[in-house]
Amino acid sequence: MGETLTIRLTVNGKAYDRPVEPRLLLSDFLRHDLHLTGTHVGCEHGVCGACTVLLDGEAVRSCLVFAVQADGAEISTVEGLATPSDGSGIPHPEDADLHPIQAAFRESHGLQCGFCTPGILMTLVPFLEENPDPDEEQIREALSGHLCRCTGYQNIVTAVRLAADRMAT
Amino acid sequence: MSHDTTFAAPPAEAPARPRQVGESPLRNEDRRLLTGEALFVDDVHLDGMLHAAFVRSDYAHGNVKSVDLTAALEHPGVVAAYAAHDLGDYWEAGPLLVPPPPIDDLEFHAATQVPLAKGKVRHVGEPIAVVVARSPYEAEDGAALVEVDIEPLDVVSDLKGGLEPDSPRIHDQLESNLAAHVIQRKGSWEEVRERAHRVIKRRFWYDHGASAPMENRGIVANWDARSRELTVWDTTQAPIPIRNGLAAMLGLPQSEVRVIAPFIGGGFGPKIMMFYPEEVLLPWISMRLGQPVKWIEDRQESFFATTQERGQDHESELAVDAEGRILGVRDEFLCDTGAYNPYGLTIPINTQCTLLGPYRVPNYHSEFRMVFTNKPICTPVRGAGRQHGVFVMERLLDRAADELGIDRVEIRRRNYLTPEEFPHDHEIIYQDFKPLVYDSGNYAEAMDRAVEMIDYAGFESGAGAAARSEGRHVGLGIVSYVEGTGVGPYEGARVGIEPGGRINLVTGVGTQGQGHFTSFAQIVAEQLGVQASDVEVVTGDTARFGWGTGTFASRGAVVAGNACHAAALEVRKKVLTMASSVLGAAEEDLDLAEGVVRVVGSGESISLGELAALANPLRGAVTPGTEPGLEATAYFGPERGVTASGVHAMILEVDPDTALVRILRYVVVHDCGRVINPMIVEGQIHGGVAHGIGNAFYEELVFDEGAQLLNASFMDYLLPTATDVPTIETDHVETPSPLNPLGVKGVGEAGAIPVGALFAQALENALDVDGFEVREIPLSPNRLFELMRDAREEG
Repeated sequence: MGETLTIRLTVNGKAYDRPVEPRLLLSDFLRHDLHLTGTHVGCEHGVCGACTVLLDGEAVRSCLVFAVQADGAEISTVEGLATPSDGSGIPHPEDADLHPIQAAFRESHGLQCGFCTPGILMTLVPFLEENPDPDEEQIREALSGHLCRCTGYQNIVTAVRLAADRMAT
Repeated sequence: MSHDTTFAAPPAEAPARPRQVGESPLRNEDRRLLTGEALFVDDVHLDGMLHAAFVRSDYAHGNVKSVDLTAALEHPGVVAAYAAHDLGDYWEAGPLLVPPPPIDDLEFHAATQVPLAKGKVRHVGEPIAVVVARSPYEAEDGAALVEVDIEPLDVVSDLKGGLEPDSPRIHDQLESNLAAHVIQRKGSWEEVRERAHRVIKRRFWYDHGASAPMENRGIVANWDARSRELTVWDTTQAPIPIRNGLAAMLGLPQSEVRVIAPFIGGGFGPKIMMFYPEEVLLPWISMRLGQPVKWIEDRQESFFATTQERGQDHESELAVDAEGRILGVRDEFLCDTGAYNPYGLTIPINTQCTLLGPYRVPNYHSEFRMVFTNKPICTPVRGAGRQHGVFVMERLLDRAADELGIDRVEIRRRNYLTPEEFPHDHEIIYQDFKPLVYDSGNYAEAMDRAVEMIDYAGFESGAGAAARSEGRHVGLGIVSYVEGTGVGPYEGARVGIEPGGRINLVTGVGTQGQGHFTSFAQIVAEQLGVQASDVEVVTGDTARFGWGTGTFASRGAVVAGNACHAAALEVRKKVLTMASSVLGAAEEDLDLAEGVVRVVGSGESISLGELAALANPLRGAVTPGTEPGLEATAYFGPERGVTASGVHAMILEVDPDTALVRILRYVVVHDCGRVINPMIVEGQIHGGVAHGIGNAFYEELVFDEGAQLLNASFMDYLLPTATDVPTIETDHVETPSPLNPLGVKGVGEAGAIPVGALFAQALENALDVDGFEVREIPLSPNRLFELMRDAREEG
């Protein structure tokens, strides 16, 4: 390893203090230094969106961010989405701990291989906060920064609408 | 994609559904995938794990003069580096994965890929050396320091040119670049050509593309000398054949090699290719260094190092009578296999067979030449040559309909095989080495439903005419196809009930997103009277199940699904036999539901868990000759493949100024026999159609004359996004296959197959320009603009 810098950041509410090489990508830092492997890497050039995480609440592609740029930031990844809750509105008791968007993806068959899914979920969290009642065109526009090879997107669109309905009540 | 309500579909009513099979329970695998817990290959982390990076050829064709690893080995963090000569006796060309089928007078020349290039490189991206370091970053640093001297050679980049006598030769041991020459015949084309009312003749070009799963390939290999176990996590669609091959290559017993295909982020074909060089090398490196080693492909690498599927150049003729009935077809084509041909003839044989479609074709002459080129290796990608054949046949029928003044739906109806004509023998050999015999189908019904759903009759006079009168370029397409699915040889499954009632199902096939954890669970749950969520499914781990072949040719549900069914039936039998003895009641008086066996009409009952405990006693005597436990292993091998089919219809709109296309409606009526899980089947169709839309209008692997791929990134190779893929309306025709007990047919590839042919027809309908004909796929706005301009200039 070459020269390192120490970064301090929180991921899913937990504080970390780690030496990193300046060239280390945030995606690799999360996956291989912190072993939070739910964030996936599909292209490493910022197109596919699989590696999307929240950096201070905004969706970013973690393959286009160096870990050192996240010094002092609050990061959220897919591992932090499910939180024990009352599961209100989720009809399947076993999914009561899931985030409403996660539960809606399961109910609508919005995932197949599931590789692109964590990144899509992380884009949708702020999207639905800012657009609580999106129409189909807005949903498709929001998803257009993500590539999915399995689903044809249709059931993802359905899932987003279902999640929006649940979160509104 | 916004939707034009003018073309909106009527709301669908939910059909009534029976028990487990035919239901759509939520998927068992989803929680792990949604929470980030699911293990993919790159998620494997082992203590002391090293990382590999490959040095690949920048040239499509050249002599390797020298490979100097010195600077790489001196770089901090680099542990080892190897070129071809370091492999010693381990260096060997890969096996011929699929030998040619038994077709008379077939000519086939095999040349398979090597672990690291020795002497020559034959395509861009061919691996030359591998560098191993403590981190992936340091491995890439090291790879950049390997000095490779290549003397470039003239390149074979085009199919016709590759067969010219003065073409550069790719494989010195072969006489030419001809990889295969195959003729299959039925009846006499020459004879019907003479007496035909009309002969349509056209030349077509159909190119396919990259599989582009969201997860690139990857391997982790760990040789543990003390436990004598080599564990390999591999993004493969075929873990068991990989285990068997690795054991043979490394001189290990199969029991000491464990290959795990964990969650795989999409496959679509190229993740089954025995063997990729990286699959051969990583286990060898781990054994040599005594440490675990990981390699994860990057996206750019994937465009060269993962196999892809490419173009075919067809010269085709269709002979029809005055009523548009097919008298015969002649089709001659060139196809590209790339630098090597480990996958044999699977793709062109699929083309040759699938071209016949759902039609009665009494005379057929099909001939192809497969050509070695200096491009990456071609192996099947979702559809696997079938779309090429469908494109040819559907285009020829469209032309015949035009020339004879017959409606395009009507000309198809006149030529469909009828339900009474099954089984139908096409008298040629399919990719599974068996005669191409269709088992069942109801093509006219699928067409009727599609016609109704898309409102074919109303379009020309109603919505379509209205849109056109406003100057909009709106067109409708409707095409048919078949797909040979579910080929052999076999798969297996083991079903067991644990004391406590937990039900386990293990099968050898891996899974790449098809929902096997759910659909296979449904099949078992139906027999054991439980819910799909009660069945724990394990796939793709050779330590758990060691017999089978893999996930390809839309065969998982057909072949492995029926093995699950057979094993579940045996366990059910054991359950009822034992319950009969314990409860003192006749088997026919027993009812198995909700995990409990009850005596009908009495209060007596016993749970599956209690029976499982009794079946595995710790003391006392058991009946000699009996087996412990409520467990069974079963296999299923189909006599031959089963034929799925369907009709796709679309309405699209073209902007004549930008040549951008908007899909307004998309309808699929599909027959995959008995549907195990409608939700999953529809999801497979959605994804297939999206892949097909990519193939038709967005995705093209662009090579220059030097066989350099010019668009090896997702910035330049365009996958369809959520704004490009429309809502897909689906319906099912169910003609159960008589060739397997579940009556199922495959569906994984179906959605992708007819989309090119459909696009072509709908575009012609939308533009209605004299002389405008689509004879090639893929298109793009640019290419469509050129075709429109050319037609106008010629017209």
